[in-house]
Amino acid sequence: MSHASAQPLKGPPHIHHMDSVTAYHAAKLGMWLFLATEILLFAVLFTAFAIYRWYNLEEFHAGSHHLNWILGMTNTAVLLFSSFTAALAVDAGQKGNNKAVVKLVGVTIACGAIFLIIKYFEYSSKYHHGYFPGQANYLEFKNFLGLYYCMTGLHALHVIIGMGLLTWVLLKAKKDRFSHDYYTPVEIGALYWHLVDLIWIYLFPLLYLVG
Amino acid sequence: MNAHSDTAHHEGKNYLNHERGLWSWLTTTDHKRIGLLYLYSILTFFLAGGVFALLMRTELARAGADIIQNPEVYNVYFTLHGVLMIFMFIVPGIPATMGNFLLPLMIGAKDVAFPRLNLFSWYIYVIGAVMAGFALIHPPDTGWTFYAPYSIKSGSSVVLMTAAAFVLGFSSILTGLNFIVTIHKLRAPGMTWFRLPVFVWGTYATAVIQTLATPVVGMTLVLLLMERVMGVGVFNPDLGGDPVLFEHLFWFYSHPVVYIMVLPAFGVIGEIIPVFSRKPLFGYKAVVFASVAIAGVSFIVWAHHMFVAGISDTAAKVFSILTFGVAIPTAVKVFNWVSTMYKGSITFATPMLYAIAFVFLFMIAGTTGIYLATLATDVFYHDTYFVVAHFHYTIQGGAVIGLIAALHFWFPKMSGKMYNETLAKIAFVLVVVGFNLTFLPQFVLGMEGMPRRYYDYPPEFQTLHTISTIGAFINGIGYTWALLNLAFAALFGKVKAPANPFNSLSLEWQTSSPPPHENFHTVPEVTDYPYAYGRPLSYENH
Repeated sequence: MSHASAQPLKGPPHIHHMDSVTAYHAAKLGMWLFLATEILLFAVLFTAFAIYRWYNLEEFHAGSHHLNWILGMTNTAVLLFSSFTAALAVDAGQKGNNKAVVKLVGVTIACGAIFLIIKYFEYSSKYHHGYFPGQANYLEFKNFLGLYYCMTGLHALHVIIGMGLLTWVLLKAKKDRFSHDYYTPVEIGALYWHLVDLIWIYLFPLLYLVG
Repeated sequence: MNAHSDTAHHEGKNYLNHERGLWSWLTTTDHKRIGLLYLYSILTFFLAGGVFALLMRTELARAGADIIQNPEVYNVYFTLHGVLMIFMFIVPGIPATMGNFLLPLMIGAKDVAFPRLNLFSWYIYVIGAVMAGFALIHPPDTGWTFYAPYSIKSGSSVVLMTAAAFVLGFSSILTGLNFIVTIHKLRAPGMTWFRLPVFVWGTYATAVIQTLATPVVGMTLVLLLMERVMGVGVFNPDLGGDPVLFEHLFWFYSHPVVYIMVLPAFGVIGEIIPVFSRKPLFGYKAVVFASVAIAGVSFIVWAHHMFVAGISDTAAKVFSILTFGVAIPTAVKVFNWVSTMYKGSITFATPMLYAIAFVFLFMIAGTTGIYLATLATDVFYHDTYFVVAHFHYTIQGGAVIGLIAALHFWFPKMSGKMYNETLAKIAFVLVVVGFNLTFLPQFVLGMEGMPRRYYDYPPEFQTLHTISTIGAFINGIGYTWALLNLAFAALFGKVKAPANPFNSLSLEWQTSSPPPHENFHTVPEVTDYPYAYGRPLSYENH
């Protein structure tokens, strides 16, 4: 960092213990491993979902009718589109087109925000109708709703973390940091975002459609 | 990074003194210093966990209520002993301390792949430890396993303690991830996979378990939190939840976790025995594949903790057979270590003594494990002192002895000093005698029907309990003695360590003691695996 002022900001940062190609591959492998841990985190919830659905098929069936599949579908479309813009951002990063990275990552973050806003309306409607834990109607669909809140809540948390990660990428792009030699943050940020999208792709049919 | 960083520039400079002051330690990204930060932290919790163990043993020395009048207090003691020893001492035990210090040195790298993440992991660990500290305000009484439904109902601070365990687990995940990437990407030229020291292989297998199993228990603990805070009904039978599911998910991590503890210890033993036998490690590839196989099998044996928890007979039989499978790679390792010593030129230096003790103690641990893997006998032994003794033979006789062996073996490299060999050997005798005196009687107690987690017992168990308590104190004195001997040598020792006091061939010994900040003055070129021994030992006249 000490010689950053003497050089233009483009190009990979100086890392004292490996060359920049190794650093790129190391960062990518690290992110893939981290994604594996994320999948295992959600695997617990998917396992619990499978088991309790087996125990209480009718409750799960009835419970899923209380979710608004149109809002869920809209959110699915929003996230799919955001994954597309994230992928385009990686392409722009590889070409060193920092302006495009700023725009595309910005759109991706905005999609994340739209997703959360829609989710907020879904949750608050559940609350007003008394379907929150501890409320009157909760016990009717307790296993289904309990898992619904845990799964979508944890996913929403991941959307927020992903938005934070992408904001970091966006700030770097604003400083014109990326070039075809160095676009690691865009790539690992997008990888993370794709996972957030991918998990939703499984959550949506399981919770809203299959029942 | 070339000419100027060699010789003259580095004269007298090493990782310990190239920067000074507390701040330079708290902000370091040097894997060697982070290893030491972990070491000081885990030893603190080892001490604390040991105090709770001795408090329990003091209560159990005689039948009836002695120092603990209220059985609830005893529940708190064994919970804190378990939580401290498992989550804060022995899980990070060897990987985060010795692994951090040695891994880059052994593969000829300058650091781990993500040095800042490495420091961040330590801070997460400290945050987890502080959270666990706050949980002491209403100390939990659930045992370290947090079994539902009691953990949902207990009035103690289960929420804070499980949150602490989650945070500690996150630290473990990041360490494992860092190590996997380091081993894949930062090996020195010529350091092929089958030239890696077996300690690196052990750490690799461990890191895979840390990365893949820990998220599962993390999420399980979060669900337990949600259950307590919001009442979502996942584990609470009153709300249609299934407490047995908690046990499944908990043991899906917590069985592999015993291999997180012991696989690096296997690695340590695999490093020490060839050096002090002056012979190549027998069956290097078999030892390597055994490590990987143990890591793999560890994921499919978890329900052997649940034979009496109401799982189906078919499941119980399958898990019983799979559990027997663990014996195969473990035995491969034991046979290879013993064959390495066969006709070797053995020196009984302190690390070697611990390594040999490890082989004996772990054999007892493994053999008694067969009793517990067998369905019919497990029904009899379940929740007795037999399980307690078996577990401590694996974890203390395995992982802790492995850590102490490692601390002695790599002490000259870490500190640049030599320790007092005679005092170290006396400590060794105390540790091993004390350990066996503590836990051998517990096998018998278990067979006679003494249940675990009771603060009192009928008078006929008196003698064995008293012997066990005496052993526990000897054991405690032994560890304290061993560690004080090392601490004294590090602080006041006069004898400077040469670069390679034990004439080892692996890379970490080819750099100076203590190593320079960047590990090697020039990037090493590797031409052979590190066990091509057969030369005379110059250790005696260092």
